[in-house]
Amino acid sequence: MTTLDWARLISKDRPGSRVLAILLIAIVAGLLFAPFALTGAKAISICVKIMIFAVLAASFDLLLGYTGIVSFAHTVFFGIGAYGVGIALTRLGASWTSLAAGILTAILLSILLALVIGLFSLRVRAIFFSMITLALSAAAQTLATQLSGLTGGEDGLVFRLPPGLMPNARLLDSKLLGLTIDGKVLCYYLILAMSVTFVLAMLRIVNSPFGRVLLAIRDNEFRAEAIGYPVFVFRTLSNVAAAVFACTSGVMLSLWLRYAGPDASLSFEIMLDILMIVIIGGVGTIYGSVVGATAFLIAQGYLQDLLKASSAASHILPGIDQVLSPDRWMLWLGLLFILAVYYFPAGLVGVLRRPAGKLNAKGGRPAKDRFIMIYRWMGRAR
Amino acid sequence: MPASRSESVSYSNANASQAILRTVDLGVSFGGHQAVNAVSTSFHGGALTAIVGPNGAGKTTYFNLISGQIAASQGEVWLSSENVTALSVSQRARKGLGRAFQLTNLFPRLSVLENIRLVAQSMQSGRHHHGFDFWRIWSDAADLIEHATDILRSVSMAAQLGDPVATLSHGDQRKLEVAMLIAMNPTVYMFDEPTAGMSADEVPVVLDLIRDLKTHSHKTILLVEHKMDVVRDLADRIVVLHNGQLVADGEPAEVINSDIVQEAYLGTRGGARRGLM
Repeated sequence: MTTLDWARLISKDRPGSRVLAILLIAIVAGLLFAPFALTGAKAISICVKIMIFAVLAASFDLLLGYTGIVSFAHTVFFGIGAYGVGIALTRLGASWTSLAAGILTAILLSILLALVIGLFSLRVRAIFFSMITLALSAAAQTLATQLSGLTGGEDGLVFRLPPGLMPNARLLDSKLLGLTIDGKVLCYYLILAMSVTFVLAMLRIVNSPFGRVLLAIRDNEFRAEAIGYPVFVFRTLSNVAAAVFACTSGVMLSLWLRYAGPDASLSFEIMLDILMIVIIGGVGTIYGSVVGATAFLIAQGYLQDLLKASSAASHILPGIDQVLSPDRWMLWLGLLFILAVYYFPAGLVGVLRRPAGKLNAKGGRPAKDRFIMIYRWMGRAR
Repeated sequence: MPASRSESVSYSNANASQAILRTVDLGVSFGGHQAVNAVSTSFHGGALTAIVGPNGAGKTTYFNLISGQIAASQGEVWLSSENVTALSVSQRARKGLGRAFQLTNLFPRLSVLENIRLVAQSMQSGRHHHGFDFWRIWSDAADLIEHATDILRSVSMAAQLGDPVATLSHGDQRKLEVAMLIAMNPTVYMFDEPTAGMSADEVPVVLDLIRDLKTHSHKTILLVEHKMDVVRDLADRIVVLHNGQLVADGEPAEVINSDIVQEAYLGTRGGARRGLM
């Protein structure tokens, strides 16, 4: 593939920084070779979560970063994708036809629901839209637990995948580079292919004429309308596109877990995770969702292990081992999040893309300068 | 006042059949306050009409009613032979009602070129689909980029095309506001105090752009302006609003010298005429 083709593949949206380009290549390469390089189930599971949440967070960023609307109903579409696959495979049997039917039904239902939400609530002010979506999210969670005949209630649905995707399916007789190629590996690469395709598709959408109109609406909806763009229609379409991609990430989750349940796909914790990923990565950058998902999920997955080691090493210092106790990992994750928001308000991608020494979009100083200022202030205080 | 009003109506209706833009009994009230009260007049191609009046006279509200930012409580807006009263802001814009705003109203985080290109794209159907294009890469539309660059060149802003709008000076932002209106290529240009907040040396630049537009196109231009020297310089016709009502309408010299304008604008009759001139 020529250089030009690569540029078109990423919709001519170059990372804009060598560090970011290397980071993105490293993430993709890491995910590509993870099944060969990593042995533990936990590590592979984190890799899959990175792929799923990169798509989910990028789809949320279509709304937050590119259209300027905050929706709390994003997990509803994530849940529809997960339950769509789950219900189809449970009811119709573990076949490829059932899987296709489940995915198609889930996507159609997501489009319909996003249209209804958009038509009824995107005309109102942003805060009311957020409140309506919050109510919808709570309603979806309640429905999923109450309609136990269909959804399995609080226990959710455990189901079998089509034969080729089950872990016990041997796809190659011999090992490849020491790895047994089974249904689980196929499922992993299917999810990787899907997530790369969806991220590139979203990158194309935000770099299309439609995407620029979304940015214009985010900046100044009043003027966007005055120059001839029907803001309400564009917002509704953006909501539908975000819903479809959220639904497909739910499908990926279901394929990997072979399970669909309220806590795994509809909980408010997932909504918070999406928000944190988008903010850490950088609002309004599709690349930010990829970087943010990687940073957040690795921190979430390994902070406990890191604290365990630190706590053991510091047991001779009274009190410190308590602060570094693995049980307090959420506290440290929260602290890291606060620091990230404070020092990198434009997110990791925003920092990496910003030219050195220039003021940021809000006229603030770069994080490096803030450190220098704090250092000097501490010097004066002494 | 009634004499003047009937005079203005007869002026407006004389050529109503060839009018590009017409308002018929157009009005709006907020609570009990009648901000614009049954204004009937028409505007023709190739003429610049200044809409003047003291603060709170309803000039900007009248503009908002025409462009659709405010829904009318009464009356109609006609663009050529089409009643556009029920249309949305964006539909009216695409029909040819172009509006620049009193307060700078741009897309601050986008570049100068992107601001102009968005306007050009919105006006084009065909393969640009009014912006409803999800798959083509934004930077691939060479024709739109060239068109936007030409417009920026015509307003002497080609050197800043890659700059984010938020980094421009106030004067350049006002210039960009005018350039965006030019990019719309509307049937009716509506300028709402285009020189507001500009320094003395920046004002002529924007006025020259409007003068050029007036000279080189046969478009209908509406201008809300407080500065009477600007109005005298540019206007072919003056419409005076006072307390939401149209109180005078005619040739600039005639309107400025009329007693009703002296009273409405300066609160005096006859004596303060010099001040207005």
